[in-house]
Amino acid sequence: MALNRDDKSPLFSPGVAGTLRLIVYLALACVLMVLDHRGGWLANVRYGLSIVVEPIYRIAGLPSQGFQAATVAFADRQRLTEANQRLREDLLLANAKLNRMASVAEQNQRLKELLDTQHSLSLNVQLARLIGVDLGAFRHRIVLNVGARDQVKPGQVVIDARGVMGQIIDVMPTTSVAMLITDPNHAIPVTIERTGLRTVAYGSRGGDMLTLPNIPVSADVQVGDKLVTSGLGGRFPPGFPVGEVREVGQTASGTFLSANARPAADLDRSEDVLLLHDLAEPAGPPDVAPNAGPPADLAPDPNAPPANAGPNPTLPRVTAPTASGAPARPSSTGTVP
Amino acid sequence: MNKTRVRQLWFATTLLLSLVLMLVPLPGPLTPYKPYWPALVLLYWCLQSGDRVNLGLAFCLGLGADLFDGMLLGEQALRLTAMVFIALRFRSRLRFFPMWQQTLAVLGFLLNDRVLLLLVRVLGGDPLPPADFWISPFVGAALWPFLFLILDDLRARLRIHEA
Repeated sequence: MALNRDDKSPLFSPGVAGTLRLIVYLALACVLMVLDHRGGWLANVRYGLSIVVEPIYRIAGLPSQGFQAATVAFADRQRLTEANQRLREDLLLANAKLNRMASVAEQNQRLKELLDTQHSLSLNVQLARLIGVDLGAFRHRIVLNVGARDQVKPGQVVIDARGVMGQIIDVMPTTSVAMLITDPNHAIPVTIERTGLRTVAYGSRGGDMLTLPNIPVSADVQVGDKLVTSGLGGRFPPGFPVGEVREVGQTASGTFLSANARPAADLDRSEDVLLLHDLAEPAGPPDVAPNAGPPADLAPDPNAPPANAGPNPTLPRVTAPTASGAPARPSSTGTVP
Repeated sequence: MNKTRVRQLWFATTLLLSLVLMLVPLPGPLTPYKPYWPALVLLYWCLQSGDRVNLGLAFCLGLGADLFDGMLLGEQALRLTAMVFIALRFRSRLRFFPMWQQTLAVLGFLLNDRVLLLLVRVLGGDPLPPADFWISPFVGAALWPFLFLILDDLRARLRIHEA
């Protein structure tokens, strides 16, 4: 039955040698899996071998890119015109809203400065494109065409025009992998916009929905309620749309309500996404406000020669701290009020 | 370039292509129907020239696949090694099966592979996957005759041109 291929080990019958090898390899694979599960090696290995992995991702992304190009090339004129018209209308509407918002935003900014808080309505974002790569079915992950060289860091929030899509989990030099909010292993703290109830939205086991499994029975949740990020937990900044409640029901045990929500973002249609640069405020007390004290232009120039030797010429010079904000690429970074 | 070099190259190319095919996405609703390409190609080489495929190769191919789209390093290495082991054991019988019987055997291999995957994922703490998790082996088995014939034909042609 077994084929005699193992000329190297004549001591054993081929069956025994083959089985031994199988056991060795299976054990090796198991050890690798356990080590990886504990220590998360795979990301490091992938980063190290990114010179091989990334070109393959790009090559594997070519068919879908070509398909899109073909769709555009062969789309009939009328559909393009319609799409163009619709986009123009959207832009007009958005601009009108923005104009109205601008004054409010400015007022808000001034009030917040008065209150000495660091929230701001402006977004520091970076544009990214999806690479059409399939990272396995039932794995809600996407590959983006920006990476560590574009100052992308794990934990950055990915949004599209309609809402939160997910967060970066894995960064390579020029690509990165983001986990979508519908992944069963993902959870996002949300607030129900109408009532202010705080809860957590998890990805659902199958399909493209979010589940909110632990809402108190007495809470007021209705179909159609909008979910926005609550900003708790220090990962997602507050106020971004997450989804809309589609159904509400009791859990099997009857101790909680559970709701299903549809994500607001176009998870499977977006091609261009935005990466937020400023992360939410970390948990814990806020930092000391950096601009305490008199304005900088009143400070004496540290490089100017001292006018007089003064009583204490050996005082150490105070140098201005260097700005260490998240560096943003000027070409692809926009500031949207 | 001599004959064996070309054959080696063709062998490596098909394996690499299977990895790339694994990464190429299908349009949205078809996603669960995607067959597990590395397993199919590896099975073909198992049956066709069993002296080239051994457990080490399966392990390495699996590690490569894990590197590209795996969640755990070693998951696909485990699955492919187990599959190649069974396939090599029954190779001499499988080769002379009629095509429909071979297809059934391939379906068995792929289902077994899915069971292994399920085990690994559940032990790793993932939730149970939805029902269309089980569609892919059937698609793979349905594609098997065509894949087998195409690869066999290409292989025969290469041999003729280089002879």
